Amino acid sequence: MTFFFQNLINALQWGSFYALIALGYSMVYGVLMLFNFAHGDIFMVGAYIGFGVATGLVALSSMGALALPHWLILVLTILISMFLTSFVGMIVERVGYRPLRDAPRASAAITGLMIGIILETGNLALLGAQRISFPALVQSTTYNLGGVFVTNKKIMIVLVSIALMYALHLFVRKTRWGMAMRAMAFDYVVVPLLGVPINNIARMTFAIGSALAAVAGIFFGVAYPVLDPYMGIIFGWKAFVAAILGGRGSILGACLAGFLLGFIEIFVAMIFPSTLRDFIAYSIILLILTFRPHGFFGEPYSARLRL
Amino acid sequence: MRRLSLKVGYTMPILQINKMSHDFGGLRAVNNYNLEIESGQIRGLIGPNGAGKTTIFNLISGIYSPTEGEILLNGKSIVGLKPYQIAAMGLGRTFQNLRLWRHMTVLEHVKMARYSKINYGLLGAFFGTPKRRREEADIEEKAYSLLKLVGVADLADQVILNLPYGAQRRVEMARALATEPKILFLDEPTAGMNPEELKQMMDIIRRIHSEFGLAIFLIEHRLKVVMELCEIIQTLVFGEVIAEGSSEEIQNDPKVIEAYLGKETIL
Repeated sequence: MTFFFQNLINALQWGSFYALIALGYSMVYGVLMLFNFAHGDIFMVGAYIGFGVATGLVALSSMGALALPHWLILVLTILISMFLTSFVGMIVERVGYRPLRDAPRASAAITGLMIGIILETGNLALLGAQRISFPALVQSTTYNLGGVFVTNKKIMIVLVSIALMYALHLFVRKTRWGMAMRAMAFDYVVVPLLGVPINNIARMTFAIGSALAAVAGIFFGVAYPVLDPYMGIIFGWKAFVAAILGGRGSILGACLAGFLLGFIEIFVAMIFPSTLRDFIAYSIILLILTFRPHGFFGEPYSARLRL
Repeated sequence: MRRLSLKVGYTMPILQINKMSHDFGGLRAVNNYNLEIESGQIRGLIGPNGAGKTTIFNLISGIYSPTEGEILLNGKSIVGLKPYQIAAMGLGRTFQNLRLWRHMTVLEHVKMARYSKINYGLLGAFFGTPKRRREEADIEEKAYSLLKLVGVADLADQVILNLPYGAQRRVEMARALATEPKILFLDEPTAGMNPEELKQMMDIIRRIHSEFGLAIFLIEHRLKVVMELCEIIQTLVFGEVIAEGSSEEIQNDPKVIEAYLGKETIL
């Protein structure tokens, strides 16, 4: 039983990464009806920006320029990286997707792939191929809860992730921008006719998704302190799976599917040899999708209303 | 009252279109179209299927940009402006095939239309500042009064999906009105309605016209509706206006009878 709970904790952390990244996919897919295949790489860029910000702050702090406690460095790293990474998302939207909004969907899809490759290789050119390690901002403390070992990092990662998901849920439900996003998801054409500049909403969608991906990147760096330029690819694919499994544009769906992916992967690895992990895990998901082709919370919808 | 005062002296037309043409590829969809609507006027546009009526609406509301010609809204040229800018300048519209957000509530539809009138910022949204609360309360009050006007206030919390067709039309009307338009475009507001619903819809149109004193530009397929509501009617055939005048003039115009009534007796 403790073994089960131990894995449950691990699965929650692993699922947090997927869920945070999946939200970005799901929002863009929901609002703009496109797959932003560069999103996994935005996660990678977010992790690197986090690395840069954290390293800078640690250096400043050790030089005595400003003496910051480590927890504050982490909070600042998260906030500054969210801010900076949101610009990466906005640039991707402006340069890559806006000119192609009325182009065939396939063109927009390859745009994402190309931007992804540009981000990976750009990073490679800039920082070289060696892996870099994320500065240890959190002094790891392990708590023993009746045989289940929980680190303070894991607790933080899971709780902050869930808090962010809830904040996003409130944003989409309660604010006018969120309302505009939901409206755009159903009918694109009439939204501007009500005086809503849809380009701003599109930009905001990308910004929020990218900021969340940055948080996922930093948390990944905190949990597994090694970054490399291609870390976003597999993560991006899997989070994309979670986004689709959750249902188009559904925040709750993307979160649940993200966690579900984490659970399935961890528990498959618990029973089977870990080399078979993804083979079995994604066969299960394929099976789920066969029975729920619209995902958990996706609505079966007919052809989208467009002019 | 508002209309009376405007009738005195020179009135600038709220909408003026000069020599507007539009091509789809090589096909001329609208040819040399002219229009002048004054504040508080109800104008009608009739014509057989495919005549280009909805295209004209789309051109004016900025979804398409005309190949030639000028469009003045309140004296300002709006050619090339984005739909959201034109909407913010006072043009509201409904659609022939309802464009509602199926999974959003009736109240949300009307609130959404107030988007450009809301001022609270991101922080206000998250922390519930007094300004936000005041604005939200204000929006809700306005939304309810509009829903009451079109007779769907009791359905405010229902999701569109669960509403009968006639009610959906009314929601669309309320949504368009919530943008506080000075001129309202209605694209076949009675399409698919039974005689009872039709009568109610015509009452609603009359009511909003007298309540807000706004100009209305109406596309209709059913002549009965246009004839009863509109002061001046244009007949469009193959993208060209073949007749313009009062309902009587239109009804007796041989060209209209030939092009429109002669083929399809909808009267």
